[in-house]
Amino acid sequence: MAKKCTLDAQGVYYRQLNEQIREAVRDGAVEIELDNVRGQRYIGNSVEAPVHFTIHGVPGQDLGMFMRGATIRVEGNAQDGVGNTMDDGEIQINGMSGDVLGYAMRGGRILVKQDVGYRVGIHMKSYMEKQPVIVAGGKAGDFLGEYMAGGAIILLGMDSTMDKKAPITGRSLGTGMHGGIIYIRGDVPEYQLGPGLQLESINEEDEAFIRSHVADWAKAFGKSVDEVMEGKFKKVTPFSHRPYGNMYVGTN
Amino acid sequence: MLFKPISQNFSDFVIDRENDRCINCEVCVRQCSYEAHYWDDARQCVSHDHTKCVGCHRCEAFCPTGCLTIKKNPADFRDNALWTPTYMKHVYKQGDTGGILLSGMGSPANKPIYWDNLQLDASQVTNPSIDPLREPMELTTYLGSKPDQVSFEETPEGPKLTTKIGPQLKLNYPLMFSAMSFGSINLNLHKAMAMAATELGIAYNTGEGGLHPDLYKYGNNTIVQVASGRFGVHKDYLNAGSAVEIKIGQGAKPGIGGHLPGEKIDEEVSKTRMCPVGSDAISPAPHHDIYSIEDLLQLIYAIKESTEYKVPVSVKIAAVHNAPAIASGIVRAGADIVVIDGFRGGTGAAPTMIRDNVGIPMELALASVDNRLRDEGIRNHASLVVAGGVRCSADAIKAIALGADAVYIGTAALVSVGCTLCGRCYTGKCPWGIATNEARLKKRQNPEVAAKRLANLVRAWGHEIQEMLGGMGLNSIESLRGNRDKLRGLGLNETELDILGVKHAGR
Repeated sequence: MAKKCTLDAQGVYYRQLNEQIREAVRDGAVEIELDNVRGQRYIGNSVEAPVHFTIHGVPGQDLGMFMRGATIRVEGNAQDGVGNTMDDGEIQINGMSGDVLGYAMRGGRILVKQDVGYRVGIHMKSYMEKQPVIVAGGKAGDFLGEYMAGGAIILLGMDSTMDKKAPITGRSLGTGMHGGIIYIRGDVPEYQLGPGLQLESINEEDEAFIRSHVADWAKAFGKSVDEVMEGKFKKVTPFSHRPYGNMYVGTN
Repeated sequence: MLFKPISQNFSDFVIDRENDRCINCEVCVRQCSYEAHYWDDARQCVSHDHTKCVGCHRCEAFCPTGCLTIKKNPADFRDNALWTPTYMKHVYKQGDTGGILLSGMGSPANKPIYWDNLQLDASQVTNPSIDPLREPMELTTYLGSKPDQVSFEETPEGPKLTTKIGPQLKLNYPLMFSAMSFGSINLNLHKAMAMAATELGIAYNTGEGGLHPDLYKYGNNTIVQVASGRFGVHKDYLNAGSAVEIKIGQGAKPGIGGHLPGEKIDEEVSKTRMCPVGSDAISPAPHHDIYSIEDLLQLIYAIKESTEYKVPVSVKIAAVHNAPAIASGIVRAGADIVVIDGFRGGTGAAPTMIRDNVGIPMELALASVDNRLRDEGIRNHASLVVAGGVRCSADAIKAIALGADAVYIGTAALVSVGCTLCGRCYTGKCPWGIATNEARLKKRQNPEVAAKRLANLVRAWGHEIQEMLGGMGLNSIESLRGNRDKLRGLGLNETELDILGVKHAGR
């Protein structure tokens, strides 16, 4: 039987809360439930498997930063910096999330039910077995997947609180990307893409990949995978793994 | 139609080979990674191509008969104070390629070097100088936040400190090896810096390329760096060092990021950075999770949470116009160490225009940052470290007198292992085995030998600093910190003296 622990975050400063969490983890807790979370930062910072967090409320900035294999389920919205420089594990946001989600993420997966903010998935990277994935059910702001070096972003554009007319992603989609792949369900105007990039149609392999992750997303948030897969997906991939290789001339 | 690009018409250097002494042994052919020397099959002798020479002097150093001399090309263009050959050659290159001019190493531009206009004091008669060969001379330095006041309690064993002091990085010398990433320089040199820092009781900085697994054991003398690319940054890495440094800017290229070219990314670099072999490793210009001082605070405390508040967190910026205000923000954001990197700092690669035209001298930035932090009453909240163009122990001790707690040395460390400042680090073909990851070139640096040379350099500077301190009648480096009365300006104008906070010599 997994050791459980419930912490009431009401009125607790983030430093004390995170110290309580570290204490609980040292004590062998693997199921940690946090109630009344009101913007406390850094929850799950550097926590390793097999710890699982259930968060009720709105966790603060940098949720799951440097996280190493733990899993987090947020029943509510999340702020900025979810999964910043995350190493491994999974974060589920049963709501929407702020800016800079998955910045420099190197592994694991983030599932968001609805929209994500600006600068999502910037400089995600992959290496060998570490292949980070972000699935967001809503729309995204500008600079999605900028400087992306690896991993995958799947953006569904379905469950959104944004204006209906708003495009699925903002400006500068994938600028400077030199690895990884961005899948978008629906259409994005060409001028939203970063220089040199284009939208392409997906193949069977892509579809199988999307389906496998969307299935988990649908299960996490009570959605239908078939309904998602009825939509038409397009993909953005880097035009070179050395996009700036020919930009320079040596002096000295 | 010209048969070759204009830029190749005018070489920077000429290779002077005394043919009577050349024995055609081909050592130069093997040593030159730029293929300036070659075996001429038609003539059955060694020959050379001036246009490929970068002026690294490797062949000259290794020629067994001493028949080679590398000289600046004496072919002069017509004298022109405005259009010097450097600018003309830049234009030729850009006409040929349309490329952004790229350079390695710190700026060679002829701009003021304030160290050369500052003189140290010495004691005469009234306050006798101290002989460091006879008296103890304290160089130990602690980097980290210091409390506003300390309190004690009386115990039967004597007074006991009750103030909780934040984590400190202890250095036996006020010197550290600068951030040079694994990738920009190779593992042999990282190992050498780690070994030398451990032996000396100082610290080296990993730079932003992660930490190779073999080097975790040197963690007590390692500062791990977190930059915008976040290469190789994870829990173990953050907890491996005795301090963590957030790199915001670099003196050689303020305001821009870095592109480690695919040529320099081999198997080991790839493993450590966790990015594919041969792919460029791109560090964006800003950290995209830091767009304000509040965001910086957020990253500082994210790192403190990850390291459980056990190590000091440092923030490094380039010396720019508003450095004092920025440094104040950094200290208020919770940094324990602030690093100011001046415009002469080295680099593996920087756009030439930026390297030579952006940023300000470290001497001025240091003096004004130290002033600002003192005026605001927060100088003790963080240590101040400077980098960028410290060539000798006198430069270092002048920096300390201007207000620095410690000094980073990068270029000087590389020169101590053989770098000749040819500035082609970005090609990955460094003939001295430094800024290269090619197997045949990197083995030119033996980690043990390089470590010994680095340790020699720091020990020598340490002795010199002790001599200069003793001469001033001081027996501790602490007594010199920010003690600008020990400096006098030479040939500096009122504004410069005012910024540096020193009197003119004679006053």
